[in-house]
Amino acid sequence: MDKKRFFAGLVTLCVVCALLFTVSCTKPKVKEESATMETVEALPAQETEKAAQAEQSAAEQSAAEQEAVAAEQAAAREAFVNEDIHFDFDKATLTSEAREILKRKAKWLEENPDASIVIEGHCDERGTTEYNLALGDRRAKAARDFLVDLGISASRIDTISYGEERPLDPGHNEAAWAKNRRAHFVIR
Amino acid sequence: MRAVTKYMFAAVFLLMPVSACFAQYDYIKISNPFLHKIPIAVPMFKPLSESQVARETADRYAVVMSDALEFTRYFTLIDRDAFIDRPRQTGITLHDINFKNWRDIGAEYLVTGGVSVVKGVVEMEFRLFDVFKGQMLAGKRYRGQMKDRRRIVLRFCGEIMEKITGNRGCFQSKIAFVSSGDGNKEIYICDFDGHNPVRITKNKSINLSPAWSSDGRALAWTSYKLGRPDLYIMNLLDRRVTRFSMKGVNISPAWVPGKFMLAATLSFEGDQEIYLITGSGKVVRRLTWSWGIDVSPSFSPDGKRMAFVSNRSGTPQIYLMYLDTGRTERLTFDGRYNTNPSWNPVDDRIAYCAMENGVFNIKVIDVATRKTVSLTAGQGDNESPCWSPDGSLIVFSSTRDGGVPRIYVMSAVGTDAKRLLVLPGEQTSPRWSPAVAVAGR
Repeated sequence: MDKKRFFAGLVTLCVVCALLFTVSCTKPKVKEESATMETVEALPAQETEKAAQAEQSAAEQSAAEQEAVAAEQAAAREAFVNEDIHFDFDKATLTSEAREILKRKAKWLEENPDASIVIEGHCDERGTTEYNLALGDRRAKAARDFLVDLGISASRIDTISYGEERPLDPGHNEAAWAKNRRAHFVIR
Repeated sequence: MRAVTKYMFAAVFLLMPVSACFAQYDYIKISNPFLHKIPIAVPMFKPLSESQVARETADRYAVVMSDALEFTRYFTLIDRDAFIDRPRQTGITLHDINFKNWRDIGAEYLVTGGVSVVKGVVEMEFRLFDVFKGQMLAGKRYRGQMKDRRRIVLRFCGEIMEKITGNRGCFQSKIAFVSSGDGNKEIYICDFDGHNPVRITKNKSINLSPAWSSDGRALAWTSYKLGRPDLYIMNLLDRRVTRFSMKGVNISPAWVPGKFMLAATLSFEGDQEIYLITGSGKVVRRLTWSWGIDVSPSFSPDGKRMAFVSNRSGTPQIYLMYLDTGRTERLTFDGRYNTNPSWNPVDDRIAYCAMENGVFNIKVIDVATRKTVSLTAGQGDNESPCWSPDGSLIVFSSTRDGGVPRIYVMSAVGTDAKRLLVLPGEQTSPRWSPAVAVAGR
């Protein structure tokens, strides 16, 4: 910022000086010229600076653009990983909300054909360990089957059930249980 | 099992006067023995050798015996302060006993004991008396090392149980369970009464659903040791472990009575179905063929029928399968969530876990009449019931104390629930072994 101001000041000064000298006198032209020369001499430096600035800003812009793209990709990836789908108690059927989320995930998988994923099936703490392991298996497979129906190759999707063993929220109430009845997506 | 028995009996000497007394004794009917407990007196044992360790053993192991008898829920132990006689002073044999003094304090049975410790060899002799008949019902002398003392006392407890109730009780059985005290769910085994808990798995993953083979020598469970839910089968004698892993879940093991074979839920074909697999890890055949979850097998004592959980009707319910024909019928119709069947090892009743109004409680259904009884109510969530090998007790997990799941034992009719053992963390999925189990070392 200070640099910019300094150069702006310098340029203004030079231009004002040049105008002054040009208009008022002819005699000290050499000096003038020298002054101009000085100015001219100074100019390229300024121009270089400007060019560098432009270059820099261009680089910055492209970096920013790249960053934005990367950020977008990362955001998409993050959304893919962070957005769980949720289930009703004792159910492995996909809700309409879950289907919408899965459509977005399918889109991401289409855009990232090299990615393969693991779908984790989880349950809330209620019910037996064994039944919940089976239910988690069904939840993960329900999500997988939906993605496969949308055209994603089954070979890219692995499933694992954690039953009630890895709750997201350790609470013992419906709010916690609702969070824990989920399929979670992991990129391998 | 036989080897263990033989080993123990090698150290047992039958006392002479015992033999004549058994024949005419009537067993007590045990339809509901827990409401009318049998009053028994177990005075402090008598030191028979002059040493500090004999005196200490005499004191300590009299308490071990009364605790073990009380644990069965059959007996009420008469307060030692009420005793008129002190057999430690007056003597422990038939001729030394003044039965009137025991009748007067309400005892129906009396156990006396004597202990000698000479050069590290422990000899313990016990006598069981019928106070009303003034007879000795059993008398035995055992010899062993210091470390065998508890085992010797429990062995005579089995004699007492057999003479009075007709079954030897569960004094040589063990209980396997899951505990999270070390930060991860690991498998543990403890004695029938919660003593001597030993950790079996040490893999810091998730270990679940322990299941005993019917000879008490093998334990199966589910573990995420290698990242996925696989089945592990351990030979408890040599600690050798076999892994069974197929695509999908490998969970919910239950051994077939009398065979080195187990049922488990696998999902390698997509659906979660129950299969028979050998103890060495080969699939024998598929048992269930319905769409949906089939899980939690439990066999009838004769191995001919299997109870299991299926959600084929939309909600988890208990079903019954006749293994010879595959015929299947639904057993539970009340409620929308019935799981965890455990078949009583001696009769045709199945304990299970039912959710009503969001709370889990333990119920028992009679297979013949389909009559259902609730055993727990109003005390947190109560899950994972499993019968003792003699069918007289039920071990289960409950959140009744502060919302943390812990293991409790109650009588078969739901009375006398007491916490089994105190360990840090949560304890779940208790599974009672057959009458004699190999120790977890």
